[in-house]
Amino acid sequence: MTDHSHGGEAHPKYLAHHFKSMEQQTSAGKLGMWVFMGQELLFFSGLFCAFGFVRSMYPEMVAQAQTSMDWRLGGINSIILLISSLTMSLCVRSARSNNKNATVKFLLATMACGFLFLTIKAAEWGMHFHEGYYPGKYFNPIPEAPVQDIHAHIFFGLYYVMTGMHGLHIVVGLGLMVWMLVRTLKNEFNSENYVSLENTSLFWHLVDIVWIFLYPLLYLAK
Amino acid sequence: MQKRDIGKPVFFADMLSSHHGMSTNYLTAKKGFLSWLFTVDHKRIGVMYFVSIALFFLVAGLFALLLRAELMQVRIPNATATSYMISADHYNEAFTFHGAIMVFLVIIPSVPATLGNFLLPLMIGAKDVAFPKLNLISFHLYIVGALFLVYTIAFGGLDTGWTFYTPYSTQTSTSVIAAVFGAFILGFASILTGVNFIVTVHKMRAPGMTWVRMPLFVWAIYATSVIQVLATPVVGVTLILVAIERLLGIGIFDSNLGGDPILFQNFFWFYSHPAVYIMILPGFGIISELVTTHSRKNIFGYKAVAISSIGIAVIGFFVWGHHMFTSGQSALASVFFSLLTYAVAVPTAIKVFSWVATLYKGSISFTTPMCYVFVFLFLFLIGGLTGIFLGALSTDVHLHNTYFVVAHFHYVMMGGTLIAWIGGIYHWWPKITGKKFNQTWGIISSIVVFIGFNLTFFPQFIMGSRGMPRRYYDYLPEYYSFHLLSSIGSFVLAVGLFIVLFNWLHSIFYGENESLANPWKGKSMEWTETAVVPIEHNFEKQPISTHGPYEFDELIKPIKAGGH
Repeated sequence: MTDHSHGGEAHPKYLAHHFKSMEQQTSAGKLGMWVFMGQELLFFSGLFCAFGFVRSMYPEMVAQAQTSMDWRLGGINSIILLISSLTMSLCVRSARSNNKNATVKFLLATMACGFLFLTIKAAEWGMHFHEGYYPGKYFNPIPEAPVQDIHAHIFFGLYYVMTGMHGLHIVVGLGLMVWMLVRTLKNEFNSENYVSLENTSLFWHLVDIVWIFLYPLLYLAK
Repeated sequence: MQKRDIGKPVFFADMLSSHHGMSTNYLTAKKGFLSWLFTVDHKRIGVMYFVSIALFFLVAGLFALLLRAELMQVRIPNATATSYMISADHYNEAFTFHGAIMVFLVIIPSVPATLGNFLLPLMIGAKDVAFPKLNLISFHLYIVGALFLVYTIAFGGLDTGWTFYTPYSTQTSTSVIAAVFGAFILGFASILTGVNFIVTVHKMRAPGMTWVRMPLFVWAIYATSVIQVLATPVVGVTLILVAIERLLGIGIFDSNLGGDPILFQNFFWFYSHPAVYIMILPGFGIISELVTTHSRKNIFGYKAVAISSIGIAVIGFFVWGHHMFTSGQSALASVFFSLLTYAVAVPTAIKVFSWVATLYKGSISFTTPMCYVFVFLFLFLIGGLTGIFLGALSTDVHLHNTYFVVAHFHYVMMGGTLIAWIGGIYHWWPKITGKKFNQTWGIISSIVVFIGFNLTFFPQFIMGSRGMPRRYYDYLPEYYSFHLLSSIGSFVLAVGLFIVLFNWLHSIFYGENESLANPWKGKSMEWTETAVVPIEHNFEKQPISTHGPYEFDELIKPIKAGGH
């Protein structure tokens, strides 16, 4: 969005033709991301509403199904995401102070956190599948499984959708970071031109915040 | 610049260039089909949306004619599902396609994506929207989403109605997943356009272009964008849940599995009610521009009209329950939703009164755009007032799911939004194409459309109030005369709309070149350039706003430094 390069006079290299100044371009880019995050918030709030509805409809079922959630793994994942938010912020800070090496390092650290999160999340899903808690109509718990409620498939169905949508956002975030990494290596970011990196960072914080709400709702609130 | 090497189809820009030959404008700056398909110029993107939307309008309109043709057949006693020209199943698919294409591919994007894209930067004195590439991505997403919907027409069909109500949508054998996926992508295109426009209005205004100097069309587009960004994601996630429900049966909407179909209705209308304001608000914006320019008067109550757009956008989020008065929701909830529904009537009425007050003692010229304003005012008034019947709990119980509802929303959606859209396209036609259009045929079209429209939909109010349910393939013979009238009206309406189409096509291919840069003597910024058709970057040099958008000649005060 912001990487046109026009060689006009008194036109900085990274300034797109339709903006008057880098300041205008940067503030437009940031505002765009904030507005976009508004829609992300509404997107997830639909899922949160659905969860609240299911919880009020089947409180015992949800309480029982939540016993299968491992709060330790969820907690570790929360810490991983919080750390990744820190590294991402430091990455933007490094770019703004023209420190390319640090930018790359922090970007890689953030991506590592993202992958670690996905790995742990996948392991959790695997554990649920092992018990037979498949989504929807495939829900067929093994006899030893603790959750046998006939409506538990709704909880697990929604759990998979919510964590799946969140995971999809992590994947998108990682994709953005790969793109940012390429652009960093091409020396595109500096103290003047950093808004794409900052927007990636904002997106990542949003993904983090959504998890901060998902975690207590799914794992802790019994 | 791109070379014309491969055998590209001749687009109308190429033809224009041979006529003009003078300075290049946005139509002639680059050549070839690909220079259009991958342009980041908001004006070209607007034109591409216009061509696509007009095409889908035609397709969805033909579906409507098919429905009307079936309904005007003489009723056969003891008819079966195949007694009439199309079978009952095909009838269900035809009304679904009519509704889904009209709502998702035509009405929702109609004004913001075409005139909004074209005019927003021109009206606020910017070179482009804030994110030109994102704008192009939105257009490509629109096309991809549209292809999904077109796919469902060809493969598997769709018979859920445009609303995808559960549990039927999770059980029918038609291609619901492809359709909801298409609607999801279209929603994403809509969200991105909304984000783009909000940032454009905030960050790209020319020097001197304060919020109260913006044309009211910009206010309307801004309010629309807010709804697009905040409401659309909810329907996005709802459609995902419907698709997953169909695939996996997680049991959130399906009562057989322990879910609740009313939850779907709440989610769906949380978007789809604000969506009707996505549809109508930009139409209001167009009317504000047209009514002032063609009566040479400043708008009556600028701030009231501007703020009422925001008011409608905000209150519109809290009225969705009025679609569910008969769903079994609590009576208390229904009372609140009914009350809030009446509250929306206040800012809407402010607008209508303002337009009428603007006309009062104005110097009205009966141009084609102005004739469409009159058509709009009549039809929207009827549509708005019949909404009051439906917002009242006691009458809605009787009118719910009858033709009364069908007539009501056609009066506001078609009689409101699409009439305003056609009027707006006529108004800005010289700016978009650089061509003159035939005024006589323009005015004739507005009259034929007006007659045809009322003949189609007014009988539907009467039969609806007498209990004719909507979406039925067959009906009791006592409704026959109403259906016959309505069908005849729909053919008249079609003739009127074809006159519009031929008038536009005639103007493009055989029309005289427009010689005036400001044929209507408008005062807003898009008319200020000396070029008839805007150049690629809109303005020769940065424009500066020194006065409001409706300060017509007799009203302009001497401009002092620093304000007016």
